[in-house]
Amino acid sequence: MPFAVETRDLTRIFAGKKRIRRKRHASEGEDGSGPVTALDHVAMEIHDGELFGLLGPNGAGKTTLIKILATLLLPTSGEAYVAGHDVAKDPFPIRQQINMVCGGETSGYGLLTTRENIWMFSQFYGVPSKVSKARIDELMHVFGLWDKRDTKVRMLSTGQRQKMNMIRGFVTDPSILFLDEPTLGLDVNAARVIRDYVMNWVRKRTGKTVLLTTHYMMEADEMCDRIAIIDRGKILACDTPANLKRMIRHDTTFRLEVDTLHDVTSFGSIRGVKNFSHREDIATNRAHLTFILEDESPVAEILSRITTQASKVHSLQKSEPTLEDVFISMVGRGLE
Amino acid sequence: MTEVARRTDLRARISLNLRAVVGRAYPRVIGANREPSWIFFEAFLPLLGIAAYVFIYQALGERALANATDPAKVAEIQANTIYQALGERALANATDPAKVAEIQANTNALIASVVLGGTMVAFWLNVLWSMASQLYWEKEIGNLQLYMMAPMSRMALLGGMALGGMFMTSVRAVSTLAAGVLVFGVVYRIVDPLTLLAVFFVTLIALYGMGMMFASLYLLWGREAWHLSALMEEPIFFASGFYFPIGGLTRVPVWGSAVAIAGSFIPAGLGLDAMRQLALGPTAFGGQMWLFSVDVELAILLVLAVVFLVLARYALAYLEVLAKREGKLTSRHQ
Repeated sequence: MPFAVETRDLTRIFAGKKRIRRKRHASEGEDGSGPVTALDHVAMEIHDGELFGLLGPNGAGKTTLIKILATLLLPTSGEAYVAGHDVAKDPFPIRQQINMVCGGETSGYGLLTTRENIWMFSQFYGVPSKVSKARIDELMHVFGLWDKRDTKVRMLSTGQRQKMNMIRGFVTDPSILFLDEPTLGLDVNAARVIRDYVMNWVRKRTGKTVLLTTHYMMEADEMCDRIAIIDRGKILACDTPANLKRMIRHDTTFRLEVDTLHDVTSFGSIRGVKNFSHREDIATNRAHLTFILEDESPVAEILSRITTQASKVHSLQKSEPTLEDVFISMVGRGLE
Repeated sequence: MTEVARRTDLRARISLNLRAVVGRAYPRVIGANREPSWIFFEAFLPLLGIAAYVFIYQALGERALANATDPAKVAEIQANTIYQALGERALANATDPAKVAEIQANTNALIASVVLGGTMVAFWLNVLWSMASQLYWEKEIGNLQLYMMAPMSRMALLGGMALGGMFMTSVRAVSTLAAGVLVFGVVYRIVDPLTLLAVFFVTLIALYGMGMMFASLYLLWGREAWHLSALMEEPIFFASGFYFPIGGLTRVPVWGSAVAIAGSFIPAGLGLDAMRQLALGPTAFGGQMWLFSVDVELAILLVLAVVFLVLARYALAYLEVLAKREGKLTSRHQ
């Protein structure tokens, strides 16, 4: 049995808008005016029946990868196979077996009811109307959307709309489902319903595979069998969440909450600091720092540099490595 | 692949694409009629546009009858007459009862032509704004990538859009036609309803085939598509003779015939000409205002229908690959 998804040296370069202005520096490709390498020789294998996570910051290449696998975008070079078929040469059998749901999607027609909208999309996959309507009703109960079945789509809230999108993804009973930030912007309850259903769908049925991209570390940690960390179009690591955390088990993680800092760049030069992330909380006027350290020796120097900026330390905590720490250790910054 | 497997595969594909056609037509057939405002915007307002032309033609006809023998008015009619033949006849024969009847018949034929043309305007606007530029709008609202990811044929997608559009617009067109007949009291003399229906449907197929071809082109042109639709709207009203018999253009020296021939590449122009002949009788306007005979126009429309559908099929296949290469199917937010 081939892999559900397999990529070999997959590269995608976007041409960019060259007409805007002349390229003056080699680095201009990165600011959007020249070619942008969204995927850089990505090699990846997703097993049949696996819930696979793709974790990376904005612009890492997650969506580009999903769009290529969903046969919506052609690779610039390299190969990608879904269900054993080449995405560039043989898209039809792939399309019969896949579906995709993106976070914040506004698909469908506002004039149609929720039920009609999902039914319409199911027709594009040839699902018989009777089967489609039965599945829609069942999924509407599961996702808590039953009382909105006859509501026009334009009247739905963001969360309800996303639940409708999820039902659209499942109603065709795909073998491989691509979920691109499916819980983006949802409240805790709506996100929980979606996570639980996706996990049960993969675990309780045979031959179902999910490729999930997410911003949320906790989501990836909780849901995924394996995770690939991607940044600037490259896969930096790929393993189970537990193994990824083990990769930095010898490191020490410290989290600090301090008053807003003027300069954080100097922390990187402290001996023993492997990586760190910094996030400002405008509401509380405080900064949250996470340090990945070789050992505890740099802590004194870190505290000293904080206090010299007239900033007060509100909390200091040593913690067990999390997926976020793995991410910071590899990418050099947090996701938010 | 075995013969049985191939047949099953073919049957499955046909079933898939038929379902896709029905699915895509559904929002237009059902959804659009959920907004009763269409009665005002798409049945009542077009009637006002038609009314303007009707009043002009009525006034011209009445003047021709009442004042043809008054030398001062003769000069005025000569200055105001758009249709030379009608004007000249009016001047020469207004006092002859048979000719008076002819002028009255011609006035009715002109008004009937305008009502029919105004009805076909609905289809042209639908092709421009809801067919040709539709894939662009679908991209904007995020549907396009879901359509392109689905296993259905792209022609099924366009076919569904076209069928839904035809049905939706037919409802509006019939409303406009009925209102036009009732309000303006025009009389049609339909002698061959079957041929009239055939011409109507072939015209729609050719017209929407052209819309399908444009849809794929607009996919690449993106935002410029809107401007192109706007650019094509009014000039085609003129060149295709929506508000006057297109044959009248051929009487304009130098450029008239060229514009009439160019306008007849838009299937609505030829179809309208044939339908007017069938609904008013080929002898209306003394048989002088038609571009070609109904048979010739039907044959050209059939050829146009096939050509546009084939071009649409290949244009869409080619442009889909191009759009996938350039990332234009999904580039809404990235």
